[in-house]
Order: sequence, then structure tokens, then C-alpha cells
Amino acid sequence: MTQETNSIETLVKKEYKYGFVTDIESESAPAGLNEDVVRMISLKKEEPEWMLEWRLKAYRHWLTLTEPKWPHVKYPPIDYQAISYFSAPKKKGEGPKSLAEVDPKLLETYEKLGIPLREQERLAGVAVDAVFDSVSVGTTFKAQLAEKGVIFCSMSEAVKEHPELVRKHIGSVVPYTDNFFAALNSAVFSDGSFCYIPKGVRCPMELSTYFRINASNTGQFERTLIVAEEGSHVSYLEGCTAPMRDENQLHAAVVELVAMDHAEIKYSTVQNWYPGDEEGKGGIYNFVTKRGMCKGRKSKISWTQVETGSAITWKYPSCILLGEGSIGEFYSVAVVNNYQQADTGTKMIHIGKNTRSTIVSKGISAGKGQNSYRGLVEIRKGAANARNFSQCDSMLIGAQCGAHTFPYIEVKNTSSRIEHEASTTKIGEDQIFYCNQRGIETQDAVNMIVNGFCKEVFKELPMEFAVEAQKLLGVSLEGSVG
Amino acid sequence: MSNTILEIKNLSAGVENKRIIKGLNLTVNAGEVHAVMGPNGSGKSTLASVLAGREGYEISGGEVSYLGRDLLEMAPEERAREGVFLAFQYPVEIPGVNSTYFLKAALNEIRKHHGEQELDAMEFLSLVKEKMKLLELRDDLLKRSVNEGFSGGEKKRNEIFQMAILEPKLAILDETDSGLDIDALKVVSEGVNKLKGPDNAQLIITHYQRLLNYIVPDFVHVLWDGRIVRTGGKELALELEEKGYDWIIKQEAVPA
Ligand SMILES: Nc1ncnc2c1ncn2[C@@H]1O[C@H](COP(=O)(O)OP(=O)(O)OP(=O)(O)O)[C@@H](O)[C@H]1O
Ligand SMILES: [Mg+2]
Repeated sequence: MTQETNSIETLVKKEYKYGFVTDIESESAPAGLNEDVVRMISLKKEEPEWMLEWRLKAYRHWLTLTEPKWPHVKYPPIDYQAISYFSAPKKKGEGPKSLAEVDPKLLETYEKLGIPLREQERLAGVAVDAVFDSVSVGTTFKAQLAEKGVIFCSMSEAVKEHPELVRKHIGSVVPYTDNFFAALNSAVFSDGSFCYIPKGVRCPMELSTYFRINASNTGQFERTLIVAEEGSHVSYLEGCTAPMRDENQLHAAVVELVAMDHAEIKYSTVQNWYPGDEEGKGGIYNFVTKRGMCKGRKSKISWTQVETGSAITWKYPSCILLGEGSIGEFYSVAVVNNYQQADTGTKMIHIGKNTRSTIVSKGISAGKGQNSYRGLVEIRKGAANARNFSQCDSMLIGAQCGAHTFPYIEVKNTSSRIEHEASTTKIGEDQIFYCNQRGIETQDAVNMIVNGFCKEVFKELPMEFAVEAQKLLGVSLEGSVG
Repeated sequence: MSNTILEIKNLSAGVENKRIIKGLNLTVNAGEVHAVMGPNGSGKSTLASVLAGREGYEISGGEVSYLGRDLLEMAPEERAREGVFLAFQYPVEIPGVNSTYFLKAALNEIRKHHGEQELDAMEFLSLVKEKMKLLELRDDLLKRSVNEGFSGGEKKRNEIFQMAILEPKLAILDETDSGLDIDALKVVSEGVNKLKGPDNAQLIITHYQRLLNYIVPDFVHVLWDGRIVRTGGKELALELEEKGYDWIIKQEAVPA
């Protein structure tokens, strides 16, 4: 037994594959946060008055809040005055009107990340709204989407071009009063994506955004809003990698989804922010508020996430099941290695009758990583015949990591039914040996076993994303077993 | 040149504080089938594990040469790629990992090791089809996760199916017969026989002479307390069946 344990902890290190910094002059605001900074952000973005007012209200509210202390994560105090709240790639003259006008260096960055924008435009059939640092730089397939009446643009653009839509929905799912990080985001959000799918439209392609933190010491405060009108359908992909950094970077995004009657939103994430080095130095603090509102009858919101990056992840993509017969789903793979910490899960709030939710969470811990599942299933009084099924599985690789589950269940309606299954497995020496004996080396064996463990979640991802996710899992766990 | 595949000289091995293999000698040549019999706990599976390179065993003495190389120096996956195959007494389940995918990965690792072209999905499938006939394996098993939910007999049959695909030089079968029904025993034995060739060898661990009616060994060894205490031809198995192990062990107790 002891021999097994020792061998499993022999760590061989591999450099973070996507660690490079693009050399583009960025125009950053000085560090610090006050009302003037909020005004400056709003001014730079040429926002209408109501947007500024909203930001200021959020800022003032944020001042009254303190950081949440309940997550099962540890990190040194964040100095919010040391962060610069705005940075944008410098434009040569006018903003780019098409991809051809985008800074070639930027495009090169995407190519290094395996996202050749121009290729994608032609081959993959994926519309990309690429967020570099905080400002959108390239949007494709706009015309095709416009034909269907689908709006897919940066948040800044949406505030200017579609103010009535933004004003109606922003903060309707995650109000700025929601929590510390949501309030901060509301005050200083730089950019993000906006999607609007009109009534009865099936979005003709997967919508995809790649985020990337670049400028040093710059917090990232994206804000994404997706509105699916009655009977519409959209699948949205979010994926990101970040360059190697020594100092910690704060990432506090907000994502809001609104689904009307019979509408369906599928939101998939592959998160690969820089996790820090093997000593736990550096890495992204990923404090995200993601929430979807199933507003309409029989609407459906499905979250699928593969979280392999970040030093700290604090994230609970949730569903408010308001509409009768609405459905919420959460499929998650969270991997922690070295000193990574993740506190992630979901909240399913059943308000409407006959609402249903499914939670499948797969937590993988390696190295000294700490992985916590935190989930709430709440059945409100009016949610007759609500159903929930939760499955939380943890896999441990080595003896120094940890897996924790915090399932909370609050039931106020007796006609509901809740099922909860949980398991913890240690990746078996005998499984690894079995693979070895067939000629498969240990690292490949671990990948295989872990991917098998996550299968139920991967099958929820769009095909090309699933492939990427599997590769990512391999990279993340490299060297986790000797 | 000699056609020796495996040569074990005075091997001693065990786990922490416990010697299990105590000075074992065995030579296996190409084209030979060796049966290893012996009471429970005598060290048969341990021998198989040590040969395959399972971690956690301490080698305290002796040497093992495989095709002229020091086997004990080789990593388990290297042994496998060099043609050592162990059909496990208790094959493990690997949930979520598709059987076909697993086996294709294994075969391609072996091929890569020998500088051969990897097989693509189509080529692999036609190989699978061919070998499935040999073992009369139900094809739905290959669509499932590795060994997951397989019956005891199905697991054993699947091990031999893998052996058929991987075509090892030295196949070690650890109690492949236990758990097989009579018909399956026949099918599996026939499969094993067909895989026998002039360039490879088989080491068959079993408790029952019954298996040896189908797979006829060139040698039968009796392993007792970590050593081979008797070697004979196939008739030794019959004798054991009749008299049990006590008979040999008693003789063994008498100083030679
Ligand atoms: N990892 C281990 N730790 C402690 N004891 C072990 C270990 N492996 C084997 N042994 C012991 O060594 C002895 C030999 O075990 P082994 O499994 O090799 O026997 P076997 O001959 O295959 O028996 P069977 O016929 O029951 O399969 C047994 O007493 C067993 O309990
Ligand atoms: Mg045994």
C-alpha cells in the first residue's frame, strides 16, 4: 500500500502549454477603483446614461459588501485598489470592421491557441466573438446570423445598438445586489457577449466565444447575456486559455441566461485559465456568477462545464426554474492538480410546477488539489411534482488531494421527488496495471480512466468541444501519476 | 541460437516482510506449453504478477531473462510491448472506457514499439471480426466498457480475446478456466490452442486437470510454498487429480 502511494506521488512537471504573452501595447486604466474609474469606463465605451447609473448603483452597493468566506478555498487577501479595471488592445485609427482589419498579432495569438479565426470562419461553421482582454475584436458570421434575426455581438456594441434589449434583461437574473463579485462586475464590466435569439428561431450555428486574459494585472470582468425568445434554440460555447503569469489575476465574470416559453439554451464551457505552477504560484482566481432563468413554460437551460484551469474556481452555474414544466441541467467535470482549488456546483431552484432538474458532477483531484462540490436543490412551495436527480462522483489520484461534497437540499413541497447519488473512487493501481500490462503507459492509462469517468459529461458537449476537452484533461493531469 | 523465451533462475520475491516466491527455477522455450499447478496460496499469481511487473513486489534474489533481456529491469508496459501477456485471474473493470477503443490503443502501442504502422479504425475492426470468430465472442461486449458488468466467464473469454488480438510471445494464463462453463472452456481452450505457434510459448496456471484435456501441456510443474517441487509431463496432472498435492508435499518433506 505505501509503495503504491509513494509511486503515485512522483510528480513530473510539464509546462503550461498555452503560456505566452502577446506583445500588443495595451491601453490600461491606472490601478484602483472609485466612482471616477466607473465613469471613465462608461465614458470610454460611450454608454448611455442609464448604463452609467446602473454601474454606479452597483459600485455603491459593492462598497457595502464583503467577500464571501464560505467557499472551501484559501487565498491571500485581494487588494482591489491594486487592480486596473480597464485595458483594451490599441487600435490603429478606427476599430476593425472585419477580421482583415484585426491586428495580425492578435490573430496569431488565436492561432497559437488552436483557434484560427479565419479558418474557423470558412471551415468550422462557428461564429466567433473573440474577446481579447476586454474588448471584442472580431466577429464573424454576423450576416448569416442577422438573416435569421439573431443578434450576436459584444456587450459594448449591444449597449449601443440594442439598448432596449440590454436594459430590459441585464441584471434581471443576476442583480448587482446578488453577491460581492457580481456587484463588482456590474460596476466595472468591460465587455462580453450578447446573444438574442428571436421567437421561433433555431440558431443556425453554435455560437462561440474565446476569452483570453492578456494585459498584466488587469482584472477581467466580462458580462454575458443570452436571451432566447419563445420557441427559440441556441447552443453557446465558451472556452478560454490564459498566458502564464506570476501574479494572481482576478476574473469575476457574470453570465445571465433568459429562456422564454419552450426556448432552449445550451451553454457549454471549457475553462482552462492558467492554474499556477506546481508550487501553487500564480494562476487565475476565477470567481464567476452564472445563472439562467427558465422564465417560460417548458423552457430548458443546460449548463455543461469542463473546468481544468484556474488556481481557484468559485462557480455555481444555476437555474431558476420558474416556468411550469421547465428543465434545468448541470453537467460538470472539475479537475484540480498541484495546488488548485475548486469550489463549484450548482443551484437548482424549483419554483414552477412539474419542473425537473438533473445534476451530474464529476470531480477529479490530483496532486495537492482540493475539489469541492457544492450544490443546492431547492423546491419551493408551489413547485408541485418537482423532480431532481443528482449524481456527484469524485475521483482521487494520489493521497494528498481532497474531495468534498456539500449537498444542500431544501424541500417545501411534499409532492416532489429528489434522488441523490454520490461516490468517491480512488484511481485504482490495479486499473493502471491492467492498462500497463496491455502496453499502455501510466499517463495514458490515467487519461483513459479519467476520461471514462467523465464520459457522461463529455457526451453533453458539442462534438469538437468534447475532443478538445478530452485533450485538455490529459494536459491538466500530466505528471499526476508516477 | 537458443530458442529460450523465459528463463527464471533462483527467483525470490515477496511483499513487505513476506517472501512468497522462494528460489524458483523455470525455463520456457519457444513452442512449449507449460502448466503450473499448486495449492491455493502457493504463489502462482504472485509469480505471474512478478513476471508482468506489477508494483509492490520486492525481488530479493535471482534473475529472470526474457528473450535474452533482463525482464525485471523492464517497465510493465515495455514487457507487454515486448510480448509478455497476462490473462488476469481477476480482470478489472474500467468504467466508461470502451472495450474496442482500449484494445485498439493497446495494439497500436505494441505496433508502434516494433516500428510498425498503427492500425486505423477500419483495419482494426476487420482484425476484431476475424478474432471474434475464434473465441465466439458476442460483439456487444466490445461495445461496452472494459469488463464492466461482464459475467465472470465473459471476463475470462475477453482476456483470451485480447490475447488473440495482441499475439504475445509469452502468454501467462492465470486460472483462465475457473469461472468458465463447460462449453466456454472448450471454446476458450480451442482458441488458446490456435494461438499456439512455434515462436511463442504459454504458461498456464490452473487448478484443474480438466483444462489440460483441452490444452495439452508439454510440462506440468507443481508449485508449492514458492518453489517448483515437481516437474513432469501431462500425466503428472492426472496423478495430482487422483492423489492431491499432499502426496508430493509429503515426498518433498523427505530430504532428497
Ligand atoms: N500483496 C500481498 N500482500 C500480502 N500477501 C500477499 C500479497 N500477494 C500475495 N500474498 C500472499 O502470498 C501468497 C501467495 O498468493 P498467490 O495469490 O500468489 O497464490 P496463488 O497460488 O495464486 O493462489 P490461488 O490458487 O488461490 O489463486 C498468499 O498467501 C497470499 O495471501
Ligand atoms: Mg492465484
